[in-house]
Amino acid sequence: MTHQFPALSPEQKKALSDIAQRIVASGKGILAADESVGTMGNRLQRINVENTEENRRAFREILFSSDASINQSIGGVILFHETLYQKDSNGKPFPTLIKEKGIVVGIKLDKGTAPLAGTNGETTIQGLDGLAERCAQYKKDGADFGKWRAVLKITSTTPSQLAIQENANTLARYASICQQNGLVPIVEPEILPDGDHDLQRCQYVTEKVLAAVYKALNDHHVYLEGTLLKPNMVMAGHSCPKKYTAQDVAIATVTTLLRTVPAAVPGICFLSGGQSEEEASVNLNAMNQLSLPKPWKLTFSYGRALQASALAAWVGKNENRKAAQEAFRKRAQINSLACRGQYVVSGKTDTAATQSLFTASYTY
Amino acid sequence: MSPPVPALTPEQKKELAAIAQRIVAPGKGILAADESTGGIAKRLSSVGAENTEENRRWYRQLLFTADSRVDPCIGGVILFHETLYQKADDGRPFPEVIRSKGALVGIKVGTARGRLGDIGDNKGTWRGLDGLMERCAQYKKDGADFAKWRCVLKITEHTPTRLAVMENANVLARYASICQQNGIVPIVEPEILPDGDHDLKHCQYVTEKVLAAVYKALSDHHVYLEGTLLKPNMVTRGHACSKKYSPEEIAMATVTALRRTVPPAVPGITFLSGGQSEEEASINLNAINRCPLPRPWALTFSYGRALQASALRAWAGKKDNTKVAQEEYVKRALV
Repeated sequence: MTHQFPALSPEQKKALSDIAQRIVASGKGILAADESVGTMGNRLQRINVENTEENRRAFREILFSSDASINQSIGGVILFHETLYQKDSNGKPFPTLIKEKGIVVGIKLDKGTAPLAGTNGETTIQGLDGLAERCAQYKKDGADFGKWRAVLKITSTTPSQLAIQENANTLARYASICQQNGLVPIVEPEILPDGDHDLQRCQYVTEKVLAAVYKALNDHHVYLEGTLLKPNMVMAGHSCPKKYTAQDVAIATVTTLLRTVPAAVPGICFLSGGQSEEEASVNLNAMNQLSLPKPWKLTFSYGRALQASALAAWVGKNENRKAAQEAFRKRAQINSLACRGQYVVSGKTDTAATQSLFTASYTY
Repeated sequence: MSPPVPALTPEQKKELAAIAQRIVAPGKGILAADESTGGIAKRLSSVGAENTEENRRWYRQLLFTADSRVDPCIGGVILFHETLYQKADDGRPFPEVIRSKGALVGIKVGTARGRLGDIGDNKGTWRGLDGLMERCAQYKKDGADFAKWRCVLKITEHTPTRLAVMENANVLARYASICQQNGIVPIVEPEILPDGDHDLKHCQYVTEKVLAAVYKALSDHHVYLEGTLLKPNMVTRGHACSKKYSPEEIAMATVTALRRTVPPAVPGITFLSGGQSEEEASINLNAINRCPLPRPWALTFSYGRALQASALRAWAGKKDNTKVAQEEYVKRALV
């Protein structure tokens, strides 16, 4: 083994670590508002709103112009490329609007899936070409963290060794490049909830995937203290007949993480993966109430699970702005409480909050 | 990926986890008294004692029958094969003696290492995996609840090589898997020797790479982490390195390396002393436990030389010195 060539200077490490800590500071999580144009279209279609650039801009403005106190619940916002360069009605760029509230701006960096030949419909992720240059530019334009979503699926033959290896490797490459450009990489190895597998199967697969991810990160000399993990919770597949409680999900998830995620990682921000808003909050809460040791923050990086109610309240009408913001603020606050295990389920929730947000084979 | 075939039943897991927890219960560590017949020769001759079976027995008895002051400090004792089957003067087998003091019995199972690629006497590839299943089953019957396997890596300009790291990690994982199948908690020991003139940073870098490989291998082999212990080197400079480091620097480098590689599910990390003096080993362990970084596992000792050196000297092979020697041992254990 040759003598090491440090990937990062001490100053670079400190900057990355500080950013990561700020995003997952106590009680804070991430708003994943980085839906691609196509995916945003699906969201808007559900509320009968046309998928125009202006509509996309308008909805994001509603979220980002929330009262500054939203920063108690939201530590970071992930944007799609288009959104990073949009402005609010007063001409203020969105990154500025967000950073003014003390919230960190993030950018989706992957370019979607590409098929892996010789597998059962498995994929890898594109986006490494020119990534260094893109990261440098995004950093200049206000971003401080990045996100890259790898996708794996459970069937009787998948995920295969190749799929796990390949996705872990591309995640590690992406993370390494991000850090070279001052961006904290959020590492997202999502195992889709599609299928009829039970909780134990999901746990087994998640453990294998995360072990591979952290070995790859180590191989690529990624500075763990300057990263965040965005995993799926450990749950049964959507068509699994057996039902599990929030407690079951919490124990399985935290056990998996304890077996695979080094303590050096500052925070774990779960994806909601098609759970309803309420389910995603309740499960996060259950995890934070567990007496198992948790050396990392356990928080959220929710897209659908933070925005569903807001979208339903807005339905494309400007006069519903305040109502939409209130819906968003409420969900954000609930998740903030869930981060501390303090969310008391009231028992009465509105329809939008309990609606499943599952879409088969989700790409976005 | 095919559906998993569980390696262990819930009952087996529970037993393993309980054993591991008991060994590293608060304030407790491990006495590594597992020097092989050849290995103990140096120790005995250094105090002018002949390397006979009786001397070996007498010396170990001295340690195992020390008074009860030592009981709260020792969670486990690792033995060599010969010692497992020896008895105290009162006729009690050593495992029974040890267990009567509240400690668990461990057994060394890795045998003489060899150079990769060499064939021949004492230089073959890894010995110890062949028939390990049967040996573990027997050891469990004979009173052992945990085991130890030591792999050795060395830092030079070109080593450890990727192959060495991978191969040793794989062997450790196979050993660990077999142990668990027989109700034995495997202590996983990937020792990076302190020989050399490398500095602290280089040791940290290598330690991180080695431990990452070890835990990937354990995952690949479906080892139940909650039923294992890790016995690593502390992160220190090479013996011939001119730069000096404080205990705090050693502590920080060590804990940082562990935080980046050892999953929190591992219940305890029992450091080897690796040639440090008794005092040095204790001071460094103390600094590690005072390190400001969060530490999700118990951090304790598995010391051989660093617990026994004074006792050995005090004994000097003379039976009359037994009480004095025991006093020295107790003193070190309490520290």
